[in-house]
Amino acid sequence: MDQGSAAGTGGTFISLSDSEQRCYSGLYALCQPDSSGKLAAGKVAELFRASQLPAETLHQVTEVCGAKRLGYFSCGQFYVALKLIAAAQAGLPVRLESIAGELPLPVFVGITNELEMGYPNQPLTNESQSHILGLVTGSAPRPPADRPVLRHPDTSMDKQEAWSPPQSPGISPPRSPSAYRCYSYGAQRNGTDTLLAYEAKGPGLPGVPQENSSPSHYSLRLQPEQPVVTRVEVASVERVEVDYSDDPWRITEEQREYYTNQFRSLQPDLSALIMGTVAKNFFTKSKLPIPELSHIWELSDVDKDGALTFPEFCTAFHLIVARKNGYPLPETLPATLRPGFVEAGVLTAPPSEIIGSVDQQMTSRPGVTAKQEVRDESRKREFFLKRIPEPHEKPIQHISTLKPDSPQELDTNMKSRTRPRSYSSTSIDDAMKKVEEPPTPPPRPQKTHSRASSLDLNKLFQQSAQGAKSGWLPPPPALPPRPPATQIFSFLPGSEKSSQKAVQQPNFADFSKFRVEQESSVRGDLSTEDLTPPKSDSTVLHQGHAPQKPVRRKLHPESQSATPPLATPYSAATLTKSTQRPPPKQKREIQMAIRKNRETNAVLTRLNSELQQQLKVVHRERVTLESQLELLRPVASI
Amino acid sequence: MAVCIAVIAKENYPLYIRSVPTQGELKFHYTVHTSLDVVEEKISGVGKALADQRELYLGLLYPTEDYKVYGYVTNSKVKFVIVVDSSNTSLRDNEIRSMFRKLHNSFTDVMCNPFYNPGDPIQSKAFDSIVSTMMVQAF
Repeated sequence: MDQGSAAGTGGTFISLSDSEQRCYSGLYALCQPDSSGKLAAGKVAELFRASQLPAETLHQVTEVCGAKRLGYFSCGQFYVALKLIAAAQAGLPVRLESIAGELPLPVFVGITNELEMGYPNQPLTNESQSHILGLVTGSAPRPPADRPVLRHPDTSMDKQEAWSPPQSPGISPPRSPSAYRCYSYGAQRNGTDTLLAYEAKGPGLPGVPQENSSPSHYSLRLQPEQPVVTRVEVASVERVEVDYSDDPWRITEEQREYYTNQFRSLQPDLSALIMGTVAKNFFTKSKLPIPELSHIWELSDVDKDGALTFPEFCTAFHLIVARKNGYPLPETLPATLRPGFVEAGVLTAPPSEIIGSVDQQMTSRPGVTAKQEVRDESRKREFFLKRIPEPHEKPIQHISTLKPDSPQELDTNMKSRTRPRSYSSTSIDDAMKKVEEPPTPPPRPQKTHSRASSLDLNKLFQQSAQGAKSGWLPPPPALPPRPPATQIFSFLPGSEKSSQKAVQQPNFADFSKFRVEQESSVRGDLSTEDLTPPKSDSTVLHQGHAPQKPVRRKLHPESQSATPPLATPYSAATLTKSTQRPPPKQKREIQMAIRKNRETNAVLTRLNSELQQQLKVVHRERVTLESQLELLRPVASI
Repeated sequence: MAVCIAVIAKENYPLYIRSVPTQGELKFHYTVHTSLDVVEEKISGVGKALADQRELYLGLLYPTEDYKVYGYVTNSKVKFVIVVDSSNTSLRDNEIRSMFRKLHNSFTDVMCNPFYNPGDPIQSKAFDSIVSTMMVQAF
């Protein structure tokens, strides 16, 4: 084979990998070489057309490989031509230099089906096989090879054409050296020919006379054996397991794990959705062209909601991975990638629990259920909760170190965080994290209360006012973490807090009277938080939160500095509660959570009222404008 | 079966025009363009009422000898225009409405795609396939 290729290229020695040898020899056999080794032009043309390259490219290939000069395709030219086709399909120019390096195998749609179908002695319809094998010829090395192939994107997500033919190392049977080939030559030969005769559209008998071809084709003849043997084995395996891992459209375990990690980096809750914009930014990093990404999105967003669930995300990711490895995008979603195909059981179990608990939370049922929720969520949300302290320092997308927080804080954080989880998207996460990141209060100068409250509400409202990323509940997620954030923030520079507290202290007296109202109305406000809150509202909210901050701090012994003793019943209650901490630790947490929620409710109720007022104002303006328009209309219509 | 289907953006430039090619696309482009005036007239007529009172389906915009033009406008002022052959009398109003509904649904799907920037020409294959099902099959 090497001699042949050398001869064909006029001295340029083109090396072929083992898989390529097998593939090419199989294709060579398919093209009905006659006694002198020339290939039937019709078959060659058919094969080339099956590569789905434009005719002009095929002409170029024919020219470069030397067949035009010779007037026919012999082994050498054919092999070179195949390599050029592979290069062209990989996007490289049709030149001899292009094929000097390693290339993926050329893809011939429909041709290899015949090859594969014949060998197992069964005329399979095998959509799976044709699906699999039609995509990449020489698929013998598929089973182990696909894994490394598709694992490459793990490291090469941002690289183009990162696909080197890794099929070679994986295969066992075909790897046998020439001794095996020679040994099996006689035995396999007839089998091959009969198989070829059996399946092919006619070229059966021509295979037999080729046995007597000149010795120069001896090695070539051996090649078909290899693919036959391997393909028989592979085909049988594939038939047995239609969804064998060599199916490029099936997600292997390592891939799924990788996708899961990537999903978590965008959205910790596996049951929640990734918003379209977030997914867009993420997938744009893969450097695929936008139309292809658009097509991938269309394929994978099955429920057409503009967001990706975890199965949809895996599908999209897998398609991107496949595309980067050179597989053409399918027109419709392959069956193995349909969301229903995914092991839904694995994913639905934990999310259902979480969602159930979140729902419970949303109904604001205090007490034991909250405790249970905390338990469940703590188990599942631990990884997510640990990220809560992170946003202070790190950008959202990097889930690096996890701060060791006290388990209580985690529990409360989890409980509070899970509420948004069921609806949440990464935007909510982003909102929350962004809220918590800046330690200094947002542009509400007068509201320099504790970081948590100001962060949560201010940032939330700013963001929701700016983008309204999700019509869901962005604020609620931020609000609950506030009290635990104070606990977390206790680790943070206390000076900041103390300064904030010092500023807040004058507010205490002002707003202590609001506290009761806030507590009662926090819950109500939560539901209305997704309205785009104007800045004024956030100021109100901050004021509302200010007094709450010191209260919470009082509860925690690790709180930074002594908060001014607020002679409010609320704080007293909390103090008493704090004294009981050791035994009913969970109870305290729950109560703290309840308190937090009440505060949030109060804040949100206030916000709601403010927004209602604004709505009235805007409505009045609109009526005014409409009346003006009415006046002008008769003039315009003339 | 439509002879030409067009999606016009709010600013009255086409996002998607497809016509049965055998009959000369330029003529249909011109037809769609002139139909925009009729669409504007229809939607401005209900200016007094609130938007939700205006019906999305505009009905027959104007008939000519060879064909009829139907219009549909969404709440975001994206207009769909369907040109059908006048000789095809079997098409009832309900069928036209259902065609518009399908168009609207698949347009929504295109919009949901985060990789689609509103205002770009529509290049979605799914949208193309929907439109193909509604077009007169080219002989």
